[in-house]
Amino acid sequence: MAFFEVKELTMYYRTLRGQVKAVDGVSFAIEKGKALGIAGESGCGKSSMATTLLRLLPNNGQIMGGQVLMDGQSLLDMPEEQFRRRIRWKRISMIFQGAMNALNPVHRVGHQIMEAILTHEDVSPTEARRRAEDLLNMVGINPKRFDDFPHEFSGGMKQRVVIAMALACNPDLVIADEPTTALDVIVQAQVLKAIDDLRQRLGLSMIMITHDLSVIAQMCDDVAIMYAGRIVEHGSAVDVYSQPLHPYTAGLVRAFPNIAAGRSTIRSIPGSPPNLIDPPTGCRFHPRCPLADGRCRAEEPAFQVVAGRHAVACHKADVLAGGVDIWQQRQLA
Amino acid sequence: MATAATCVEVGITSSEPLLKVVELVKHFPLRRGLLSALRGGPQPAVRAVDGVSFEVKRGEILGIVGESGCGKTTMGRALLRLTEPQKGQIIFDGTDILRLSPQELKPLRRKMQIVFQDPYESMNPRLNVFRIVAEPLRLQNLTHSRDEEIERVRRALAEVEMTPPDEYMYRYPHELSGGQRQRIAIARALVLEPDFIVADEPVSMLDVSIRGGILNLMLRLSKEKGVTFVYITHDLATARHICDRIGVMYLGKFVEEGPADAVVTSPLHPYTKALLSAVLVPDPGRKSLQTVLSGEVPNAIHPPSGCRLHPRCPLARPICQEQEPELVDKGNGHRVACHFA
Repeated sequence: MAFFEVKELTMYYRTLRGQVKAVDGVSFAIEKGKALGIAGESGCGKSSMATTLLRLLPNNGQIMGGQVLMDGQSLLDMPEEQFRRRIRWKRISMIFQGAMNALNPVHRVGHQIMEAILTHEDVSPTEARRRAEDLLNMVGINPKRFDDFPHEFSGGMKQRVVIAMALACNPDLVIADEPTTALDVIVQAQVLKAIDDLRQRLGLSMIMITHDLSVIAQMCDDVAIMYAGRIVEHGSAVDVYSQPLHPYTAGLVRAFPNIAAGRSTIRSIPGSPPNLIDPPTGCRFHPRCPLADGRCRAEEPAFQVVAGRHAVACHKADVLAGGVDIWQQRQLA
Repeated sequence: MATAATCVEVGITSSEPLLKVVELVKHFPLRRGLLSALRGGPQPAVRAVDGVSFEVKRGEILGIVGESGCGKTTMGRALLRLTEPQKGQIIFDGTDILRLSPQELKPLRRKMQIVFQDPYESMNPRLNVFRIVAEPLRLQNLTHSRDEEIERVRRALAEVEMTPPDEYMYRYPHELSGGQRQRIAIARALVLEPDFIVADEPVSMLDVSIRGGILNLMLRLSKEKGVTFVYITHDLATARHICDRIGVMYLGKFVEEGPADAVVTSPLHPYTKALLSAVLVPDPGRKSLQTVLSGEVPNAIHPPSGCRLHPRCPLARPICQEQEPELVDKGNGHRVACHFA
C-alpha cells in the first residue's frame, strides 16, 4: 500500500455563476520518499488540489467526494481540531508560492520558524530556538541572521526561510506549490538544489506543483499532468517525457525549448484552457485537440493503465504510442 | 544555418546595421539627505545601463539576456527614448535619435515600436481591440478614412494570426486570453509597419503551452517581413531558439555578446556559463541541477569595483578587483569582457 493516496478527490467552488469544478475526480499515490510532480497550466486546478489536501480551503470551497489516505488513515473525515494538531504541518506541510508574501513583515524570521514549532510541539522556547537555528543552517542561511526581518533578506533567502518553516516539524510529506516561480534563473537553480538535497537527506516525500515541466524533470520521480480539473496522464517522469500518450502532454513536452538539444521548433497548443464552470463534454481537451473526433466530443475517456505504471485518459492513445508528432502536422496545416 | 539561408533568399539581410548603440548610459539619480548633500561628493545613482555598445542588423533578432535588475528593461526603453539616457548614441537608420527634438522624433516612432511584458496591464480595458490597434494610426495621422483604418487594423490582426480579424475587432481585452492579448499588443506595434520592435519579456507572463506561438510569430515576422527585434528576456533557452545574436547583461554592462549558437554552445564568460548551467533541462534522463554561482545580484548603486562579477566569480583573481575588463572580440563577432576568457 502506498504511503499517501488520493482517490477520486473532488472539490468545487461555489460561485454566483455556478460551481467551479476545480478538482474533479483526481487520484494518485506516492510511495515513501518519492517525489511526484503535478504539472498543468494556470487554472487547471493544481493549486486548489494542494489546498484541498491540507484542508485550507476558502469558505466557498467544498469537498464533494473522494478520499485522502495517509498510511491508510483517512484525512478528510478527521475532525478539524485533530487534523490541525496531528496532520497539518506535523505530517504534511507546504512551501507556498511567492516567498515575498508568505512571511510576516513585522516579525523576525527566526521567530516565525519558532512559532511553527511551538504551535505544534510541546517544547521549551530555548529548544525551539535551537531547532530554528538548525533549520536556517540546513537551508543555507547563517543562523546569525535569526533576528533579521524579512525585508533584510533577498528573494532567494526568503524562499529558503519558507522552506525551513515547512520542515520545522519534521513532516513526512511536503507540498511545494510553484516554489521558484518568482525567482531569477540562477537563484531558482540554487533553491531547487537546496530542496532536492534536503529531500534526499531527510527521506521526504514531496508533491511538486508547477507549470514548468523542466522543474519536474529535474526534481521528481513521477509526474501527473493535470488538465481542467483532472489528471490526464500519470507515470514515471522518464516514461511520460520520452513517450507522452496524451495529446496535451505531447504538446507541453514540446512547448519547452530544450537548451541542451539544439534548435528545434517550439510547439504551441492553440486555444486556452476551458472554463471550469461548464467544462466541455466528453474529453475536456477535445476543443484544442488535433485528433478529436465524434467519440471524443461525446464520451469521456477512462483513465487506463497502458504499460507498467504509465496511465492515460485518451481515446487516441494508440496514435501517440505510434510515435506520430500530431502537433507538427497541425503546425504545417 | 537554415535561418541565415532563408534570409538570403528573401534578400532582407544587409551588412549595414539598422541600429547602432554606442556607450549608452542611463543612471537613475537617488534622493539624498541634507547631510550627505552638504558633504558633497557625487550624487548616488542606480546605474541601470552603464556604458553598453552593440549593433543590430536589419532583419535580425538580438536577445538581451540577464537576471532582474541587470538593466535590460531600462535599456529596451532607452532604445526608444521612452526614458532619456544621459550619455551615448543611438543611431537608428543613420540618425542619432538622442539628438532629435520631440517633433523630429515623432515620425521616427512610426518605425520603432515596443511590446510590453504584461498583456494584462498594457491595454486600456475600456477600449475594444479595434480602438487599441488603431490608436497608433490616429496618433500618427496616418489614415484618412474609417475604411482605411479598418483595413489596416484587419491586416495587423491577420498578421498576428487573430483570424478571422472581424471576430476579434470589437471585443474588449477582458474577453481575451493572455496569449490573445499579447498578440493584440504585437498587432498594435505592427499596425504602423515598423522596422524595429523591442519585445520586453513578451512571453514570461503567459502559460507555457502558448509561449511557443508568440515566439514563432516573432521569428516569422523577422524572417518573412524583415522586422528587426530586440528580444529582452531572462530565459536563455527561448533566446537561443529565436535569436540570431545574444547579449548577456550583468549589472548594467554587456559581459558577452555574439552569435546565439556560439554564446550558448561555447560561452566564454563565467556569468554566461552560470546562467546556462541554471537553465533546467526538460529531460528527466539528464539531471543537470547544480549551482555554479553563489549569492545574488548586488545592487546597482555601488557596483563592485573592477569586474562586476568578481565577488561571485569562481575564477576571480586580484586583477579582477582592480581592473575592469574590456569587451573584446574573440573572433566571429563573439565579444567577451573577462580577464580570463
